[in-house]
Amino acid sequence: MAKKKEKINRRQFLHKTLRGTILAGTGVTAGFMCTKNAKANMVWQSDPEKCIACGNCATYCALETSAVKCVHAFAMCGYCKLCTGFFPPETIALDTGAENQLCPTGAIKRTFVEDPYFEYTIDESLCNGCGKCVKGCNAFGNGSLFLQVRHDRCVNCNECLIAVACPSGAFRRVPAESPYLLKGMDKT
Amino acid sequence: MRRFAYIIILVSLLFLCAESFGIERFPPPDFVETNHKLPEATTPAPREAFYEYLDIFVLLSGLILASYLVLKKRSRKLIFCLMIFSLIYFGFWRKGCVCSIGSIQNVVLSIFDSSYAIPIGALVFFILPLIFTLFFGRVFCAALCPLGAIQDIVLLRSISVPAWLESCLRILAYTYLAAVVLFAGTSSAFIICRYDPFISFFRLSGSLNIVILGICFLIVGIFIGRPYCRFFCPYGIILRQLSRISKWKVTITPDECIKCKLCEDSCPFGAIKEPTAQWIDSDYKKGKKRLVFLIILLPILIGLGASGGNLMSPAASKVHETVRLAERIYAEDTEMVKDTTDASTAFRATGQETKELYEQADLIKDKFAAGGWLFGGFIGFVIGLKLISHSIRRVRDDYQAERAGCLACGRCFEYCPRDKERLKKLTECK
Repeated sequence: MAKKKEKINRRQFLHKTLRGTILAGTGVTAGFMCTKNAKANMVWQSDPEKCIACGNCATYCALETSAVKCVHAFAMCGYCKLCTGFFPPETIALDTGAENQLCPTGAIKRTFVEDPYFEYTIDESLCNGCGKCVKGCNAFGNGSLFLQVRHDRCVNCNECLIAVACPSGAFRRVPAESPYLLKGMDKT
Repeated sequence: MRRFAYIIILVSLLFLCAESFGIERFPPPDFVETNHKLPEATTPAPREAFYEYLDIFVLLSGLILASYLVLKKRSRKLIFCLMIFSLIYFGFWRKGCVCSIGSIQNVVLSIFDSSYAIPIGALVFFILPLIFTLFFGRVFCAALCPLGAIQDIVLLRSISVPAWLESCLRILAYTYLAAVVLFAGTSSAFIICRYDPFISFFRLSGSLNIVILGICFLIVGIFIGRPYCRFFCPYGIILRQLSRISKWKVTITPDECIKCKLCEDSCPFGAIKEPTAQWIDSDYKKGKKRLVFLIILLPILIGLGASGGNLMSPAASKVHETVRLAERIYAEDTEMVKDTTDASTAFRATGQETKELYEQADLIKDKFAAGGWLFGGFIGFVIGLKLISHSIRRVRDDYQAERAGCLACGRCFEYCPRDKERLKKLTECK
């Protein structure tokens, strides 16, 4: 043992001790963080209570077509014939003609259920998350249309670009087990 | 009578409250005729945790392989192949997100913000390269960092940067690291992610400014080896320091240096240092005086830096959105500005007190003031230490790859005639 020690010069000894200290330090920090991290992973989500449907979701997402889509809480919907989320204010006729639709991509399907009720469903492959319908629905309707990050599309960037651009602070990290903040869930 | 009036007002207020708590304007229909069933909103699940473990597995095996290739196999070609694989996997496939550089911010945020839980992936991506650097040098930079890889493949005509300029430019990286800690620690912003120059290449989309920044870096990178890694990368700064004390290190020659000078210009990153000349007596005395002067200068530099950092902290605090919002609201309330922004309208719609907002903003500003001292002090400390380390003479007998600056890319191996000898021996053995 004594012989071995002689072989190490001062610099090597210093390096060795430093290395050991740093290793122990990182170990302790990692352990501390692991115990703190009892919760599972976090993902980004938009809080519909805070969302003001400004339209940033459509443009700021890292993906070319935003991971944010419109979601419909059917249980809250009034099934209105004149849906302010579907028709623009200056609508000409209450039909599904393109000139009468508020949605720029025609992603909302309007189907007749029974007089005078119509059901509105979102075609997510067309929706770009601009939130125009959400604004309309919130303004004059029940507010059953709202925006949500769709996790089959979201790549979960370390810093969500939409969260940076969100003017109302509606974006936050939520646990991955309950990754949605849905409206009107208590009513179903 | 008066009491009666109060009761009426209170009851009517109650009704108003009910109105504002989102009672349906149009009650949902019961569908008695058609018995129509209400559909439910779908909730597609996030990416499975399995993929995260896959990322960790790929990183770990990549690091082991890279260490073997750099230290044992000594093959530039294979290191290059591994680098291309990382570029494709961590860059284009994983879209550059979870990366070790960015994970600094998660770690810092999780230290300062008790409500934030760091993802296991980010923690492992932060720690694994550190441990490997402690033992094998900067093998992570060599072959696993997608940001390094994209710069390495465009490096076609390298121009050597003078040592003094390189040293000065590296202060940028230290500043960047300090700023990253400042902004992540105050939960204001993840600036590494925000200004990652290559992310738009990996995602094939992004804002114009970042695309331009990335193109500039790549154009500069044709002539100056890995400009981001050397002059900006905050993670590289941490790895530099750890690499100084690594157990094993990259050597140009497999056995002994014959001082043939063939490797002298082979390093595009200026990490190969030539043998030192003898001390001259007059130089020695001058050097001693300078060293004493610089050691006295160090605390002065720290003090200067700290006060400078404190001066810029009000400006830096504007990065935090709460501070920005508070200033906007203040400007609107004092009628310095006439119009409103989305943020200020949204804030007023919540009905939160402005006083509360100002208090929050003040708390954040206090954090920035304290952070500003540390930030500036750190920069001063780095500059002081740099000056001192430049005035210390080091003794080198042969051509060596400097521990800190060597990115373990393996370019110098094939320049060494001793390595050719080794390879010949290897083939003979076969």
